[in-house]
Amino acid sequence: MTVVEDEPGRDGADDGNDGNDEDRRDGPAGPPGAADPYVPSPRRLERERYRRARARRATAIAALSTLVTGAALHLLVVGAPGWPRTRETFFSPEYAREAFPKVLEGLWLNLRLLLVCGAAVLVLGMLVAVARTLRGPVFFPLRVLAAAYTDFFRGLPLIINLMIVVLGVPALRLQGVTVDPVLLGGTALTLTYSAYVAEVFRAGIESVHPSQRAAARSLGLTNRQALRFVVLPQAVRRQVPPLLNDLVSLQKDTGLVSIGGAVDAVRAADVVVGRSLNYTPYIVAGLVFVALTIPMTRLTDWVTARTDRRRAQGGIT
Amino acid sequence: MSGDVPVLRMESVRKTFGGSVVLRDVGLEVPPHTVTALIGASGSGKSTLLRCAGLLEEVDDGTIHLDGEEITDPRADQDAVRRRIGVVFQAYNLFPHMTVLDNITLAPRRVHRVPRARAEEQARELLERLGLGGRAGDYPDRLSGGQQQRVAIARALAVRPRLLLLDEITAALDPELVGEVLDVVRGLKDDGMTMVLATHEMGFAREVADQVCFLDGGVVLERGAAEQVFGDPRQERTRRFLRRIVDAGRL
Repeated sequence: MTVVEDEPGRDGADDGNDGNDEDRRDGPAGPPGAADPYVPSPRRLERERYRRARARRATAIAALSTLVTGAALHLLVVGAPGWPRTRETFFSPEYAREAFPKVLEGLWLNLRLLLVCGAAVLVLGMLVAVARTLRGPVFFPLRVLAAAYTDFFRGLPLIINLMIVVLGVPALRLQGVTVDPVLLGGTALTLTYSAYVAEVFRAGIESVHPSQRAAARSLGLTNRQALRFVVLPQAVRRQVPPLLNDLVSLQKDTGLVSIGGAVDAVRAADVVVGRSLNYTPYIVAGLVFVALTIPMTRLTDWVTARTDRRRAQGGIT
Repeated sequence: MSGDVPVLRMESVRKTFGGSVVLRDVGLEVPPHTVTALIGASGSGKSTLLRCAGLLEEVDDGTIHLDGEEITDPRADQDAVRRRIGVVFQAYNLFPHMTVLDNITLAPRRVHRVPRARAEEQARELLERLGLGGRAGDYPDRLSGGQQQRVAIARALAVRPRLLLLDEITAALDPELVGEVLDVVRGLKDDGMTMVLATHEMGFAREVADQVCFLDGGVVLERGAAEQVFGDPRQERTRRFLRRIVDAGRL
C-alpha cells in the first residue's frame, strides 16, 4: 500500500477531497507487499473521483427532494379542514400516554401467540406440503386430504374461521376441550396459516428442477431421502422470503384473537376507547404492530437481496 | 472505409474480483472485419475479458474503446454502447418464457423500435440463414443445444451489432453439435463480421482467426497471426499449452 501513497498522481487525487480514506479502501485489492507492482493510473483515480462526485450529487438531490416532499405533505395535512378535530380524536397525547402501557402489556400476548403459532405453522405446513407431493397409490387418500385442507382453509375467511373456533367450539360444551380464547384463537390462526405456508413449501418443492431428484435417485437415495437431503433444503432456502412474508402477516393477525375476549394489544386499546370515546388508543395499538412488523420486513428484504446476489452471475445485471 | 481505426481497442485493462487479479495490463486491438480468438486454460481470464468488453463487468483500470470512442468512461451511455455489441454466452441464456421468434425480436422491437412485422420478417430471414427455418414458434427448451446456440447467435445478430463477442459458445455442446454452430461463425466471418471469440476449439481458432491471443494468468502472453501463434509460438508457456492440447488430440 505504501507504493500507492508514494505515487505522484495521488497528490492530485487528494486535493480538497474528503474521500481520501475511502479511496484507499477502494484501492487495489490483494495482500500488501505481494509481487504485484500495480499502481492505479491517474485515469482510474479520475474515474473514481467522478463516480464519487456523482454519488454525492445523487445524495444531495435525494435529500433536497425529500425535504420538499415532506414540507408539501406537512402543509397539505395541517392545512386540511378538520385537522384540529382529527388531531384531537386520533392523536391525543394524554390518551396515548394512558393507553400505551396497557397496549404493550397486551402485546406480550400477541408475541407469544406469534412464536407458538409460527412454529406450529411451519411444522404443519411442511407436513401438508410433503403429503401433497408423496407418490405412490397408498398415499392417495393422504394427498386428497392435504389438497382438500389447503383448498378449504385458504379459501375460508380468517375471521369466520376464528368465530367458529373461538365462539362456536365452547358452545359445544365438549368434555376436555378448552374454552380458553387464546388457545382456540391460536388454533384457528394455525389452521389458516398452515394452509398458506403449505402452498409456499409446495411451490418451493416443485420449483426444484427434476434433474436434482434424478441425480439424487441415481445415487441410490430413496424417494424420501432425495426429498429430505436434496429437494427440501433447496426448496426451503428458496422460499424464505415468501415464508417471512406470511410470518409478518401472521404477526398482525394475532390481533384478531381479541374477538374472543382475550386481552391482547387490540383489546387493551379497545377498553380505553370504550371508556373515553377517543380513538387514539387504536392508533397507538396500530403503530405498535407496525413497529413490530418493520424489523421483520427489513429482514425479509435483506434475505431476498442476499439470495438474489448469490444467484446472480455477478457483474451488471 | 475507416480501416485504420480498430473496432475494439483495450489498453492496460485491469480487473480484480475481491483479492484476485483476473486481468492484468491487458492490451488488445481488433481491426474491422477480422476475427480474434482468445485461447488459454480455464481461468486465464478469457471470459472476463469478453465480459469487460461487452460492459457486463466494470473494469478497475485501463480503457476500452469501441470504434475509437472510450466506452469505459463513466460518462458514456453504457446502454447505447451495449446496443452496438452482440454477446453470445456459453450457456445460451435464451429467455425460456419466449418463443424463438420473440427471443430474436425482443431487442429490435423494444430497444430499436422496429415495427413488429418488419422485426419478425428479419428474424425469419436470419433463422432461415442459420438453418432454423421451421423453429420460429418453438420454445427454447424444445430445441437441441446446437439449435439453441444458433438461436442465441441470431438474437445477438438481430440488432446488427458492430462487434460480436462469443464466449466459449461450443463448450456446452455435444461434439456432433459443435460443427453446426461453428459453421454459422464461419459464415459470419465471410460476411465480414468483426468478432472476438474465446474458445477451446484450437483447430477452429487456427482456421477462422486472423489474430490469436494466448492468455495466461490474466495476461496476454502472446498475440499474433494464427499461423505464428500456432505454428511458431515465441513463449515457452504458449508452447507448453499447445503441446498439451495436441497431446489431448484437440488440434
